[in-house]
Amino acid sequence: MTPVLEARNLVRDYHIPGSLLKKGKTVHAVKGVSFKVEEGKTLAIVGESGCGKSTLARMVTMIDPVTAGDMLIDGTKVDIASEPLSSDMRSKVQIVFQNPYGSLNPRKKIGDILTEPLVINTKIPAGERRDRAMAMLKKVGLEEKHYTRYPHMFSGGQRQRVAIARALMLNPRLLVLDEPVSALDLSVQAQVLNLLADLQDEFHLTYVFISHDLSVVRHIADEVMVMYFGEAVEYGSRDQVFDDPQHSYTKTLFAATPRVDVDAIRARLERRKRA
Amino acid sequence: MSLLEIENLVVEFQTASGPFRAVDGVSLKVDEGEVLAIVGESGSGKSVSMLAAMGLLPWTAKVTADKLLFNGRDMQKMSDADRRKIIGREISMIFQEPVASLNPCFTVGYQIEEVLRVHTDLNRKARRDRAIELFQLVGIPNPEERLGHFPHQMSGGQCQRVMIATALACNPKLLIADEPTTALDVTIQKQILDLLMKLQAEHGMGLIMITHDMGVVAETADRVIVQYKGRKIEEADVLSLFQNPRSVYTKALLSALPENAVGGRLPTITENLTDQQIFEGAVR
Repeated sequence: MTPVLEARNLVRDYHIPGSLLKKGKTVHAVKGVSFKVEEGKTLAIVGESGCGKSTLARMVTMIDPVTAGDMLIDGTKVDIASEPLSSDMRSKVQIVFQNPYGSLNPRKKIGDILTEPLVINTKIPAGERRDRAMAMLKKVGLEEKHYTRYPHMFSGGQRQRVAIARALMLNPRLLVLDEPVSALDLSVQAQVLNLLADLQDEFHLTYVFISHDLSVVRHIADEVMVMYFGEAVEYGSRDQVFDDPQHSYTKTLFAATPRVDVDAIRARLERRKRA
Repeated sequence: MSLLEIENLVVEFQTASGPFRAVDGVSLKVDEGEVLAIVGESGSGKSVSMLAAMGLLPWTAKVTADKLLFNGRDMQKMSDADRRKIIGREISMIFQEPVASLNPCFTVGYQIEEVLRVHTDLNRKARRDRAIELFQLVGIPNPEERLGHFPHQMSGGQCQRVMIATALACNPKLLIADEPTTALDVTIQKQILDLLMKLQAEHGMGLIMITHDMGVVAETADRVIVQYKGRKIEEADVLSLFQNPRSVYTKALLSALPENAVGGRLPTITENLTDQQIFEGAVR
């Protein structure tokens, strides 16, 4: 079976042009990353800010062209730098952004937000677009009456549901989730994570899940890739990475994650008493 | 005597659709050398109650309390001038967005020395020495050079260190940290939390940690207050809160942690709880 997404030695450089007094320079955002995601699986990408995980997301979503390396989606090689992207290809990969307050246009009604991908990429008539949007609203746990409302009338969790619904309108194969729950409260986070799991089961979706929260990653991922300064320093199955981290950065990351179990709290209080 | 003692604090905002009660009868106490965590989701009134205690809310807010004592002095009866002498010197606060809470137009050195100029009678030279000392304290390398930098030249973690240094400039008795690590990476979060705990222990300060992150609570607090929609739901020491949560809401909140997931789905009990059930299940 061909993987939904395969990346071979992906590289992305950004050139910062120089000026009269300053020399231009090149930022190597992603330095040769390879991975594969099978259908219905979740690959989590972990790393701190500036490690290139969002650049990777932009390449996978075909927003940014790759500088070098091959990217295959459903076995088809994609290179947006040399040939324009077909709308068929575009609908295969969709993205959900971190901040649902910024990613929805405040001047558009929810219905218009949901039908816009269909307007741009398909020739589906207006009546059917509307029906599909209504159905999708229900799928993500919202109601039909929300169709004519504006984004500011929703809570953060509901907005993220709208963003997820919009991403699913084109029946994508692959969904890139760029920190989808880090702006949400704990109980809302749980609801959105459950929704993502339900949708994955129903539509056999493949996820690339970008996060810095290791507890969320451990819960949702099948495979984990840890990035550090543009390189993949660790890549393996979830249990492999969490139980036996190899790279020193992965170990630092695990050590820095707050622990909420009772033994850890007791140990900390002991240390504090002694000090 | 407690350092800060608040009884039955109520904060109301006037809105077009009538008054909105952001904080509804919250009482709390913090002792010297104690770390109190106030935890709650957005809209629980955790930040507003602390801003009210410090008198930092706009005039549209109506603040009432049966008791609002800092170090035995009544903050409500105090004149504004007297209160300004306490705030920034004896009580200070650090905020969530370190980069946004510093003024981009001035160097970080100017901003830290400004606090010293207002609150102490140190001369220019002594202020600069104190600023360097503070930067060393919070672990900023090359303090002499760094004082001349602007906020945009520093990383988020460095900016938060500057904020902490500014807050500690006058050796406060009480430090209020409002989501101090929410905008930071886990590795940086660890460094900042360790720094805060170290400074708290060394100076014997009272520390109030406002957060929505149960991990931060577990790593720092002695005592915890859980808030929901402006009301106090539960108060307990940190170990018993995690070991044996008593209120329905706290139980639901802890079960929603991805660490505690059973099987492929997370329990979302809060979804099915009405406000009524949450308030009735409160343990104060």
